[in-house]
Amino acid sequence: MELTANKFKANASKALVDAQLQKALGNVEKGFIGKRQKAADALPEFEALRDNARDIKNHVLAHLDLYLEEYERKVLAAGGHVHWAETAEDARRIVLEICKKAGARTVTKGKSMITEEIALNDHLSANGIEPVETDLGEYIIQLRGEHPSHIIAPAVHLNKEQVEGDFRRVHTHLPEGRDLSEPVSLLSEAREVLRQRYFAADVGITGANFLIAETGTSVIVTNEGNGDLTQTLGKVHVVVASIEKIVPTLEDTSQILRVLARSATGQDMSVYTTFSTGPKREDDPDGPDEYHVVLLDNGRSAMLGTEYQDMLRCIRCGACMNHCPVYHAVGGHAYGSVYPGPMGAVLTPSLNGIDETGQLPNASTFCGRCESVCPMRIPLPKMMRHWREREFERNLTPAVARYGLKAWAFFAKRPKLYRFGVSFAMPLLSLLGGTSRRFHSLPLAGGWTRHRDLPAPEGRTFLQAWAQREALKQETEQ
Amino acid sequence: MSARDTVLGKIRASMRVPASDEARRKTVADRLETTPTGIIPGRAKLPKAGQVDLFCAMAEQFGATLARVSDYKAVPAEVATYLRSRNLPAEIRMGADKRLKKAGWEAEKNLEIRHGASDGGDLAGVSHAMAGIAETGTLALASGQDNPTTINFLPEHHIVVLKASDIKGDMESVWAMLRKTQGKGEMPRAFNLITGPSRSGDIEQTILLGAHGPRALHVIVVE
Repeated sequence: MELTANKFKANASKALVDAQLQKALGNVEKGFIGKRQKAADALPEFEALRDNARDIKNHVLAHLDLYLEEYERKVLAAGGHVHWAETAEDARRIVLEICKKAGARTVTKGKSMITEEIALNDHLSANGIEPVETDLGEYIIQLRGEHPSHIIAPAVHLNKEQVEGDFRRVHTHLPEGRDLSEPVSLLSEAREVLRQRYFAADVGITGANFLIAETGTSVIVTNEGNGDLTQTLGKVHVVVASIEKIVPTLEDTSQILRVLARSATGQDMSVYTTFSTGPKREDDPDGPDEYHVVLLDNGRSAMLGTEYQDMLRCIRCGACMNHCPVYHAVGGHAYGSVYPGPMGAVLTPSLNGIDETGQLPNASTFCGRCESVCPMRIPLPKMMRHWREREFERNLTPAVARYGLKAWAFFAKRPKLYRFGVSFAMPLLSLLGGTSRRFHSLPLAGGWTRHRDLPAPEGRTFLQAWAQREALKQETEQ
Repeated sequence: MSARDTVLGKIRASMRVPASDEARRKTVADRLETTPTGIIPGRAKLPKAGQVDLFCAMAEQFGATLARVSDYKAVPAEVATYLRSRNLPAEIRMGADKRLKKAGWEAEKNLEIRHGASDGGDLAGVSHAMAGIAETGTLALASGQDNPTTINFLPEHHIVVLKASDIKGDMESVWAMLRKTQGKGEMPRAFNLITGPSRSGDIEQTILLGAHGPRALHVIVVE
């Protein structure tokens, strides 16, 4: 997709007045927050499991090169192929070669953010191979020529009437008078249409939630079953996964699985957790003839050893965006990047560079809800702050903000001068506040007062109020 | 330099890996060898009878229907009853699992049994699970001739037979079972953990059953 991260402000303004979008976004809070809390509360060990999941991934990242070697060895031993891709372009080329060698005309796809990251669909289409998304949400947005607005609920920005319109536009072989007014009829129609596609496809492409070093296994976690049909019915199964998906053992996988579905959808377990190891075996009546894994770096190795390394613990559950007030207000497309929400605001600058994405780390109120729900305990606000520092260093921050910050820093580093200044400013502002005690407009604060009033200060500075309070306390104690 | 060497080299450079990394290699080898267990939720640590009851309760909570029968001889009648109660034709798809084969299907004279992998034309499929996980009401199925993977996903109704003695408290016990049957570090081609019938919430976050996989999951626990 075209990166428009630096148009975040303009995108957000548009999103805020989009009535359809605002209606749909209500489903994010309704659909995710309460369910996650309920699932977490029902498991007394949940917080301890989060600690353990964090520690497992930290251990993996400290030994990533060795676990990758071990994983590769096991995949090869099971009869699979491993392809290493340094960049998105390399990964696209590798997948296309596999498809061409298989003589593929259509490929089915399970839901995968990594293939969004490498823009695989456009590349396959441009080379005469039709990609068919089979996850219901992904199918809907593919029909619309859109990109996912959420990493686990790609069509969360849409209402059912919009989906009905798309199905009527595209499924022209079906009777016009059919009833598509309810989600259940839309789901049935997608199921029927896609059933035929699984059998016709030559190659099935999925992502992976985990790659297990102990066994050379790729794991997908889904609810619909489309990923399983994709990887079972195609002659060739291609797994596209980034290098940090590695976990050491089956036991480690279990630890993280216990926090994954609960954090994502509030389920104890997703419906299907599928472990795939190599191609069809001698006495297998079904399964793919070939099994390929494309291991993608695309900038991740450069995050290791930096202040952004913790981001590589992310298991893509979506909890950070489900709980983000900014995401709730503007939805995922406003971020203008493959990965939206808080995790996207940290990851995207790492993958695409801060020059092109500087507005994303600013798309946050720093309320901290993302970190408080992250199953892998990724310090998302801290990392956004690091990106803001980088942005400032590189003079990417707008001039007004930069000079404002510099002026503030000058005073902040000189406490006596600062206190002297505010001891005049506060009473003055209090006086100007008049009887309404509010400002409708204020120089240099238009960004605030355009949308709401600014309460007038009480007249004293915080330190003055504190000193008086302490003095009063001492008096009453005596 | 191959892409493999480039990627691994970049990782090592970023991590400032020392020239001799014997200690790191040993750490990795030890973890793969000892496979430490981590945290097992208290609710999974139950005596055997409690595990079976918990499995049944959790499976039903997550949308499966459930029947408990006394032995394999009762399975064909239970399958036939299930099909009749849902107005389904008396036809099933089934793999080569010996425990299922020996259950005495000839008693259900009207029941047509198709063998082998599903071709997408089956309304009901019958599988035998390798294990059940009480903690989450999850079924564990291994691919192969005995229980082809396609039967888990293509039929509208998936009927899964499970021996009560194969119900374990936690997921980790199933890994121990697998290591015994497959060998350490080895897996069946496909290993499916299934918790309830297929579902989707992709349209307006409304949860609907029967997305691409089975619309209904029926578990028969054999005591």
